[in-house]
Amino acid sequence: MGGNSIATGSPGPINRGYRPQSDFFRAACWLASALTIALFVFILGEILWKAWPAINKFGFGFLTGIQWSPNRGVFGVLPVLIGTAASSLLALLFALPLGLAIAVFLSEDFLPRSIRQFIRFMVELLAAIPSVVYGLWGIFVVVPLVQQYGAVLAEKFGFLPLFAGPAYGNSLLTASLVLALMVLPTITAISRNSLVAVPPTLREGAYALGATRWETILGVILPTAAPGIVASTILSFGRAMGETMAVAMLIGNSQRLSWSLLSPSNTLSALLANQFAEAEGIQVSALMYAAVILVIMTLAVNIAGEAVLRRTQRSLVGLK
Amino acid sequence: MSHPTKVSANFFTQDGKGTSSFRLIRNSLLTGLCISLSLLALLPLFSIVMLVVKKGMPLISPALFTELPPPPGIEEGGFANAIIGTVIMVGIALVLAIPLGILAAIHITEYAPSSLLSKAVRFVAKLLNGIPSIICGVFAFAAIVMTMQEFSAIAGGVALSILILPTILLTAEQALLGVPNAYREASFGLGATPFQTIFRIVLPDALPAIMTGVMLAVARAAGETAPVLFTALFSANWIHSIMEPTASLSVLIYNFAALPFDYQVKMAWSASLILVTLVTVTNVLAQLFFSPKHR
Repeated sequence: MGGNSIATGSPGPINRGYRPQSDFFRAACWLASALTIALFVFILGEILWKAWPAINKFGFGFLTGIQWSPNRGVFGVLPVLIGTAASSLLALLFALPLGLAIAVFLSEDFLPRSIRQFIRFMVELLAAIPSVVYGLWGIFVVVPLVQQYGAVLAEKFGFLPLFAGPAYGNSLLTASLVLALMVLPTITAISRNSLVAVPPTLREGAYALGATRWETILGVILPTAAPGIVASTILSFGRAMGETMAVAMLIGNSQRLSWSLLSPSNTLSALLANQFAEAEGIQVSALMYAAVILVIMTLAVNIAGEAVLRRTQRSLVGLK
Repeated sequence: MSHPTKVSANFFTQDGKGTSSFRLIRNSLLTGLCISLSLLALLPLFSIVMLVVKKGMPLISPALFTELPPPPGIEEGGFANAIIGTVIMVGIALVLAIPLGILAAIHITEYAPSSLLSKAVRFVAKLLNGIPSIICGVFAFAAIVMTMQEFSAIAGGVALSILILPTILLTAEQALLGVPNAYREASFGLGATPFQTIFRIVLPDALPAIMTGVMLAVARAAGETAPVLFTALFSANWIHSIMEPTASLSVLIYNFAALPFDYQVKMAWSASLILVTLVTVTNVLAQLFFSPKHR
């Protein structure tokens, strides 16, 4: 398409010597690249810089403290760290079976291609819906459901610490259910990619040995794609940890330690969302410290996930 | 499900007579389970879309787009200032992120694909993509709000620009990689300089895909709350300057969702309807535009 314009557009000899606009543009592109990296370093540095007073003052005790009371100047994030890990892990627990089922469904030919494409689009749309809309929906749909069935759970299984009452609507369970929905697209997309990447010869081999479709899926395809599925799980964990608005609207924002899934909890990102606008003095610094922890955790998880993903892509090369 | 791993060569000996009815039944059961789990997962999506339409529609009227939010208890008004605020902040984000993202993408695909700098840019873009959106807000708070001592649309816009920079950079990179190398070779073969090749051959061909990335970035930025929540804050008034607290649709949803006033909650649903419509339309357009013609 563009080939003609060169031939007709510049009939004369091309090499007309020095072209300042060309060098300028090249320099601008280089500068943009350098700026992108500088920006990343600046972001980390700036947050660390503003967190420094709190890091200095509270040290590692910040991570193990169980009190967060700004008016007394006491800051500890242990309950929040536990809430972050618990809500993300629970979300994965709910999302993994569903995400895997959709990934298998999308990579097999149970239904015609057009229907699968439509469902794939729907799952992608799930990823595009704003977090705050999930929060609003959660308040009106999931909170009443959890309140109703949570009370039943607490009554029947209340002797287990996990389901100890009283049951709140805004609880760890509510936030995890909505989080599960929000990480579903990530699990599905990456798992589907690794399922599709399994060489067809393996499938044909299994069929030729007389395996049924599901024997092939469970015995050959899923094990071959397993590293990719692991990567999708790790990356979803990173997403779940950083999700903010829906969690802040649903988790109940309580710094009290509790074993129960039915009691309110808090996460790092929800803590930041709730307190930044009204924070003052050392509280701002303490929140920055919490942000530093969140950044370190998500970066570590994401780098691990990318590393597994890269290894996966390399390991499949030998099979083709 | 019982022997997921010991498949190889065991098919015929497992039950001694090839494909037994048990294996066929299990096969169909699992197919049914897989399809029903998939449909189950889509149920919440239908619920969200239906509720947003049902609860968001009643309030949609010209007043919603031209008036200010009402004080509590008054049953009229709109969120025109929040729409303007969202448009302004997304605009600031685009002005900052588009040149940076696209120029960097050109550098890492066209000028120096395998240089150390390019590898670092790709790595950093991926890391930025994985950073929680609220961290963009924390950074803008630290760098701008704390310096200027004022919540502002600028701070919100900067936070959003960091959010969308990796999206724009990575989709632009994919778009440029999608241009066949033969085009470049033909252009160089005719004596064009790298600059001419990029501007007259590569960019025109990659433009639809780059625009798709920008569109997705716009939809994402318009719906994000965490980066603007404590950088632009909120305002019940018209915006007079980009140096003052600014309302946005997403923060309006967050602020109004838990209020005990029926009208405010309805406004939150209407704002949700606008945002969900925006992301749905952009995603459909992206599907149509992002034709895999080169792949």
